[in-house]
Amino acid sequence: MSTVTGASAADQTPGPDGRRPLQADQASTGRVGDRLFGGAATVSGVLVIVLVSLIAIFLIVQAVPALMDNSANFFTSRVWAPGGDQPAFGILEFLWTTVTASTIAMALSVPVGVAVALFLTQYAPSWMRRPAAGLVDLLAAVPSIVYGLWGLIAFAPVFKPVQSFIQDKLGWFPLFAPTGISGGTICFIGVVLAIMVLPIVTALSREVFDQTPTAHKEGALALGATQWEMIRTAVLPFGRPGVISASMLALGRALGETIAVTFLVSALADGNPWSWSLFNGGETFASKIANNASEFSNPNKTGAYIAAGLVLFVLTFVVNSIARVVIERRKAFTE
Amino acid sequence: MSTATDRRVPDDQVVPGETSTPPGGRSGREALSEMSNPHRARAVKDVVAKVVMWAAFFLAMVPLVWILGTVVAKGFHMLTTATWWTGNQRNINSDDFGGGARHAIEGTLQMVGFTALIAVPIGILTAVYLVEYGRGRLAKAISFTVDILSGVPSIVAALFIYAVWVTAFGFSRSGFAAALALVLLMIPVIVRSTEEMLKLVPNELREAAYALGVPKWATVVKIVLRTAFSGIVTGVLLGIARVMGETAPLLILAPYTKNFQRDLFNGNFPTLPMMINQDRGDFALATAAERMWGAALTLILLVLLLNVIGRVIAHFGAVKK
Repeated sequence: MSTVTGASAADQTPGPDGRRPLQADQASTGRVGDRLFGGAATVSGVLVIVLVSLIAIFLIVQAVPALMDNSANFFTSRVWAPGGDQPAFGILEFLWTTVTASTIAMALSVPVGVAVALFLTQYAPSWMRRPAAGLVDLLAAVPSIVYGLWGLIAFAPVFKPVQSFIQDKLGWFPLFAPTGISGGTICFIGVVLAIMVLPIVTALSREVFDQTPTAHKEGALALGATQWEMIRTAVLPFGRPGVISASMLALGRALGETIAVTFLVSALADGNPWSWSLFNGGETFASKIANNASEFSNPNKTGAYIAAGLVLFVLTFVVNSIARVVIERRKAFTE
Repeated sequence: MSTATDRRVPDDQVVPGETSTPPGGRSGREALSEMSNPHRARAVKDVVAKVVMWAAFFLAMVPLVWILGTVVAKGFHMLTTATWWTGNQRNINSDDFGGGARHAIEGTLQMVGFTALIAVPIGILTAVYLVEYGRGRLAKAISFTVDILSGVPSIVAALFIYAVWVTAFGFSRSGFAAALALVLLMIPVIVRSTEEMLKLVPNELREAAYALGVPKWATVVKIVLRTAFSGIVTGVLLGIARVMGETAPLLILAPYTKNFQRDLFNGNFPTLPMMINQDRGDFALATAAERMWGAALTLILLVLLLNVIGRVIAHFGAVKK
């Protein structure tokens, strides 16, 4: 911990931001105020690490006993009956719903989000850029429960005809097979999630597109490229890592979104047949946990939900780590 | 030496297998052909791209206008009744009209205030560590975990607090437990925004302080943090706005009450998101739907108010370069 007072020789290495080090601080080693303040800063930082580790540890510790008692296969079973003497529960249905809805959300929000970011950085007249970006950010400020409410009351009735139209015309294809569920289908949830994560994709993409070196853009234009060709050859390749990590962050958000999904899902009855259809119902991890918060009565039941939460944690952890790695590699590349 | 002789080779003799056409020779004919059909295709593509970008922007505006429009249109008249700002929901069932939201407004403000009280010091100190002190492995590890924490879904944070507070320690659910979960969600927001602001503080200011013999801690507190103050405040306000609308932790940890309740540590706790959630099953009833829209509008107004204040502070107090 000698780094706290700024005394150790290791200080010569640049910090994470590469903008280090203030050699002068070595002069102040050992003062009480320095030790206290530096100590407090370090403790806070370490506390964050401890908290994140504790999240993983507590979830694992409390999920394991329930998993040991589980009489069904946790990953491949679609049954969810965590109570009683013979608890049996599996996450297959939640995994399918969560991943499919998030995939739909990505398929819609990434192209539109990138296009909006290109609009905001390349196409919009300059007077319009700031206010327009503010409007997109406003979409991010809307609390997710409001999306749930809007989806439930205002958007669902509008989306229903679209849904039945697709089912009528393309119902022969397994993904679009009619299921009799008209309310909160996986597809509908995916569309609402797409709207919710759109500002995330846009905000980060906009940031990297803005940083495209003017020389690249002018070079492309000087070679006779049209505006679109300039974007394709200069802006998009430069921004690709940013777009990928933005999409990953958005995906993490979509996977874990709780209350909007909880408002919208149609839970399936026990023992319903498996369907590949996007117009089927089904709960996501988050909505299943949220919908059953009042059921956390005995440890085994709670353990089952915590195990589901653990899977969600791991999923988002992996996705966010990928985002982080992509960003890091880009940093190394540009600096 | 060798490069000079190499360079002479093409001048003296044509390399076998290579056509003798100079690089510039081809372009004339190609440019000619490009003038006709391919050039049109490129121009068309360019126009199509432009139209697509504009369309994408307006497409993105549709849900924004639709959501805000619906919330205002359906919720505004609730906010114009006096009881909305003074009363609570006691003895009001889903098929009864109106009632007040004061209990939920107060509860939400109290809860996020309490959350900020815990999260802001930790967040700012962590950011100070990352920018002013941290280097090497520990700083990298902290920075990485902050990223991970910012990606933790709110429901997982809530489950974690449940596992600690209720299952392990045996306490009951309360507003305080929910506030703890919100702390987890707020810390990364504060760290990241504060970090950005601290990085904007010019190094010359720090160096000048050191040159005058000011200790490092005093430099950080009195120079760096003071210079970045308005930016940090903005970050804090945006962080509060972010957790204000979180519902999942409340659902798991802080059951709703229709009464006034100021005790965070015992019993149920009223909040705006939970007030919306309360009527969820009865959204088909006009009275319940109205109340939900009213609460949603109130929540959005609070969030926007914080955003606007934050941006105004950011605008007037930005670090001058």
